Amino acid sequence: MTTSVLYDVPGPVTRRRANIGTAVAGVALAGLIVLILVQLADHDQLDADKWGPLFNPANQYFVAVWTALGGGLANTITAAALTLVFALVLGTLLAVARLSSLPAYRWLVVTVIELLRGLPVVVTIYFASRVLPEVGISLPPLWYLVIGLTAYNCVIIAEILRAGVAALPRGQAEAAMAVGLNRLETLRMILLPQAFRIMLPALISQLVVIVKDTSLGFVIFGFSEFVRTANTVIQFFGGKLGVNLALQMYVAVALVFILINYGLGRLAELVQRRLARGRRSAAEPTVGEATGGGISAI
Amino acid sequence: MDALINEFPRYWEGFLGTLRISLFAAIGALVIGTLLAAFRVSPLPPLRWVGTSWVTVFRNSPLAVMLFVFAFALPLVGVKFPTFGGNAFFWPGVTALACYTAAFVCEAVRSGINSVPPGQAEAARAVGLTFQQTLGAIVLPQALRTVVPPLGSVIIAMIKNSAIVGAFGVTGELFSVDAGNTALGYSALSSLTGVAIAYLVITIPAGLLLGFIERRIEVKR
Repeated sequence: MTTSVLYDVPGPVTRRRANIGTAVAGVALAGLIVLILVQLADHDQLDADKWGPLFNPANQYFVAVWTALGGGLANTITAAALTLVFALVLGTLLAVARLSSLPAYRWLVVTVIELLRGLPVVVTIYFASRVLPEVGISLPPLWYLVIGLTAYNCVIIAEILRAGVAALPRGQAEAAMAVGLNRLETLRMILLPQAFRIMLPALISQLVVIVKDTSLGFVIFGFSEFVRTANTVIQFFGGKLGVNLALQMYVAVALVFILINYGLGRLAELVQRRLARGRRSAAEPTVGEATGGGISAI
Repeated sequence: MDALINEFPRYWEGFLGTLRISLFAAIGALVIGTLLAAFRVSPLPPLRWVGTSWVTVFRNSPLAVMLFVFAFALPLVGVKFPTFGGNAFFWPGVTALACYTAAFVCEAVRSGINSVPPGQAEAARAVGLTFQQTLGAIVLPQALRTVVPPLGSVIIAMIKNSAIVGAFGVTGELFSVDAGNTALGYSALSSLTGVAIAYLVITIPAGLLLGFIERRIEVKR
């Protein structure tokens, strides 16, 4: 607890006050939850015919609904996986270009990175989906999402790797130079492998951002990712059966995203602890969220 | 580019719309986020649960899903948002953006408070400063310096996320300028390049300003 350092160790009076406070806050919280449930019940949002299709396997629509949602989720995960692969490759190339010594490249690379980093990712996705067909490049809609996400995430990954290289002690590069490696060899054989290692937790955190951003595929006309599929199912139930599933559906969708991303977040923490314990590299691993230079994308 | 030049008044309106959404959402996010940070370091477990659940839910679900929740699910349970200039999506959008960003503000503030070495407060208590003096003169000034840079990047990211609110159907935002341009017959390339430039006009100076402030207030240890 952070505040503990601001106080002395609590005496009996403070402890009693804290216990009273806990009881009061607990009752208030319980009251709030009851209030929300009453409000839900008042608006018929707790009915079994609304929650059943999503949460009760015995419901007649359960299998059909989740088959449809599963198709959307598969598209979402495919897009996230493809984006991760392309962004890693391009991000590494960008990082190498920025760190390689030729100033003629460097300002160009820095400009590209700064421009792409300043754009909202929903704009890059929409740009890809509207402009590419206009200039005669027609692709399946999934690819517009992948291209838009990659354009943004590759520069973030380049910056993460650059921060990783910068965090290494100078001795690493100096020793590599001393044994006769040139700049590119130093980067490829000595610096980048270590940068990947210490930035692995930050890269996993970025994967969480990518998974969340796949939901922005809803701006692409005619592309059924997870959230769009969920909306289609809501419309189907509203039109055919006259049941508005919106609340229940978004709860289910949010739960799926929270499960995936919470899992990835825990994985990042685990990797960070493992790397910190068995340190074979010269610098501290970092989760890297909200660390220097405004890398964090939320 | 010709869209940006010919339709400049509409881009300007969208530009102001983006700033307006960002301003409202930033105020909301900073207030809620600071409150949540206080909850998360509180000695009362129920408050810590509220803080932790909020952060877990909003940090791990996409903003787009939260927009759908605020715009379409909450009205079903009797939460009605007022319209803003005839636009029904404005307040749901701003609220969702504020609640979402608050989770990140909370984490930035909390890690800032945690970054002050315990020895600082201990030393302050040892020389006889009261709780208020310790907090006001020793801990908060140092915490503030470490909080500002991550908080700044959270707010810049929030400005970029306001585009999602625009894509969602809040007219009078930069993203929505494109729909009008398409109706007027501009090419997507021309129209969207204008949109992209307008966002960069906000985000790049904001990033430079943040870097400047960061260097000015850097803690020399």
